[in-house]
Amino acid sequence: MKIHFYLIIMCMVFFSCESSYVAVPSEDELLDGPVDGLSSAELQQFLRGDVAVNEVFTRQTGLGSTFVGTSCINCHAGDGKGHPFTTLIRFGQVDETGNLFLNQGGPQLQNRALPGYLPEQIPLGATFSKFTPPAITRLGFLQYVSDTTIIAMSDPNDADGDGISGVPNWINLSGYSIPLSNAITENGKYIGRFGKKGAAFDLLHQTVNAYHQDMGITSIFNPIDHYSNLEIDPEVATSKVNDVVFYLNTLKAPIQRNQNDAEVMQGRNLFEQINCIGCHKAQLTTGYSPINALSFKTFAPYTDLLLHDMGSGLDDSYTEGSAKTYEWKTPPLWGIGLSENSQGGNLFLMHDGRASSVEQAILLHGGEATNSKNAFQNLSQSKKNALLKFIKSL
Amino acid sequence: MKLRISFVVAMAFLSCGLSAQIDPSLLKRAQKDTLAQVLNMDAIYNRPVLNINKTPIAIGGYFEANWQKLTTEGVSEGHQFQARRFTIFMSSAISKRVKFLSELEFEDGTKEISIEFASVDVEFHPLVNFRAGIILNPIGAFNQNHDGPKWEFTDRPISTTQLLPATFSNSGVGLFGKKYHKNWMFGYEVYFSGGFDNSIIENSENKTFLPAAKENPERFEEINSGEPLFTGKLAVRNSKIGELGISYMGGIYNKFQDDGIIIDDKRSVHVFALDFNTTLPKIKTFITTEFAWIAVDVPETYTQQFGNKQHGGFIDIVQPILSQTILGWEKAVLNVACRLEYVDWNVGTFNETGGSIGEDLWSVMPAVSFRPTSQTVFRLNYRFQKQRDIFGNPPAITDGFNFGISTYF
Repeated sequence: MKIHFYLIIMCMVFFSCESSYVAVPSEDELLDGPVDGLSSAELQQFLRGDVAVNEVFTRQTGLGSTFVGTSCINCHAGDGKGHPFTTLIRFGQVDETGNLFLNQGGPQLQNRALPGYLPEQIPLGATFSKFTPPAITRLGFLQYVSDTTIIAMSDPNDADGDGISGVPNWINLSGYSIPLSNAITENGKYIGRFGKKGAAFDLLHQTVNAYHQDMGITSIFNPIDHYSNLEIDPEVATSKVNDVVFYLNTLKAPIQRNQNDAEVMQGRNLFEQINCIGCHKAQLTTGYSPINALSFKTFAPYTDLLLHDMGSGLDDSYTEGSAKTYEWKTPPLWGIGLSENSQGGNLFLMHDGRASSVEQAILLHGGEATNSKNAFQNLSQSKKNALLKFIKSL
Repeated sequence: MKLRISFVVAMAFLSCGLSAQIDPSLLKRAQKDTLAQVLNMDAIYNRPVLNINKTPIAIGGYFEANWQKLTTEGVSEGHQFQARRFTIFMSSAISKRVKFLSELEFEDGTKEISIEFASVDVEFHPLVNFRAGIILNPIGAFNQNHDGPKWEFTDRPISTTQLLPATFSNSGVGLFGKKYHKNWMFGYEVYFSGGFDNSIIENSENKTFLPAAKENPERFEEINSGEPLFTGKLAVRNSKIGELGISYMGGIYNKFQDDGIIIDDKRSVHVFALDFNTTLPKIKTFITTEFAWIAVDVPETYTQQFGNKQHGGFIDIVQPILSQTILGWEKAVLNVACRLEYVDWNVGTFNETGGSIGEDLWSVMPAVSFRPTSQTVFRLNYRFQKQRDIFGNPPAITDGFNFGISTYF
């Protein structure tokens, strides 16, 4: 009888013991999780935002009637880069004068529809571009890089003669976004910093657009149903939108892996030598943020948040804001090494996912990046490997 | 006030007096070996019940509760105590060949209360029995034979709860019958009933999910499509080989007309299932398995998030290792068991890339069970499960233990 008793006790201890379960994946293998330094109340809002990002919309909760995805996480699995399944198609704008097809469903194609409805088609004559959903980690740090810092990195006339210019995308402010007091304006326009063309001013703008254009969900910020073009009741609560914005603001940054590996370190030096760093800036610093954990922080996003001429090969004849059709905002490279974990084991890089490897992506660079691309091509194979290993470590 | 107190005291006294007059010997337990080999379709008749003396009424039920601690990707919600099911059976022999059977289930306390089964069975001939009421659609075996104490695992098979709708019942009518010949048993069931609705492809599970239709309480009153769901099953058992079941369930699921106006195309759902169970001679290993294939007509202009083909199933292997008096219980049995499960909710390839769509799951669940009697089981299970999202990204690993009891009463 005693033996049975001890066996039961041993079993209970074993089952309760954390070590008898599969281990937590290491931090540098995950993109989700909050930044350090959030208060208890902020962590609770982060968790509410996490739930909201995972919410699946249905006809009953406002989905559609036409849409691209059914939830935020549909496009950003594990908060990482998206898959061609949820690639967005934008159409109707060829220059900075604006979108000519707003009254024909622009700027975004809702290529799926609830049963009983028909999805949109690209109107005849409209040019378009495909946008693969980006990773959504640590956007808050990009949000709070000051305008002064961004403008200081720009070089519209290539004064330093390195072949790289870089300009901000000056955009009209959405009616609901409130700029910080130190925001810089030009002709009444503000610097956009989110999206492939940098056409979204802040994370509220980006979130409201995603609810509206990706899922067909109206909010108090944009109450027009894009299917009927009529104003309808908000389908998502303002508090939920705020929670999602907070979540996006406070997602942690991807952690570099193997950064002390000799080959990775060599690759890091080569990255600098061939001037990839000219656009993919290794270090930025935030200014003031109402979220304490984001204020005055230095981080490594590998972007300058500026638009660059990427050459005719990447010119889709579609644009947003004041960007030219051949200009693209430098995408942050952090987290790129974990992209396969959210893209189904494959890589779909560049703005539309056309590159299936990092090397292919480099070779698709043109325009202002031509010198760096050529320099990469002239590297020995071992140096190329080191550079690629460094990029994959991000 | 005095009057009210007197009334309460009087009622309390009266109720004590009344309960004191109940003679326990009036309740006679009709013993059933719930592990005996009969057809799965006999499960609702093969339950232990209490007969109330000289009345045609029998009552019974089962209860299950457990402790659980699971982690997904190493993150756990901690220790959980769960009262998963409290199910009450009540049946009545209205006459020799007219019977009423019912099953009322409380899940997770009172979170979900449902009438799983309530039907009148009228026997015209052993091969021709008429059944009407709330019926359990006999797709696969688990839907027919799902009582907790019959299984060595706390969790129901994933393919029966997340692919097929476990305990999917509807208002309906049909026929069933059986035929015996030497070592052979043959049984059939055919029903027309209420069924699925648009929720199977419009739900917050974000995948084609037949169990979503269970959330619609209107199905006991109104068929969403206006066309009945057909369910049919054939089963054959050889006492030396085992039982094989073949079942089909299908019909139109969407509301294609309203108020006499055609508003949409008719879209159908087809479910095909195979089930088999046997006990290996000599070593008494019990094996039960079920596999289902589903085809759903999903509009091409909708989203591949909701797949048009699904399949999945499970196999349970149960090996008695001790069958003797244990801790004073006569004929107690100690089993080791293992369940293997696989479900693919979205069979196919992406239109955009041609790559395979994920949304699938593998699970292995070793177990130890102890049956002090055939009607009560203690179960200790460990689950190791890998589940991939629609893109086929690295799977989320869920693992953990549960320990529980399930018993008829």
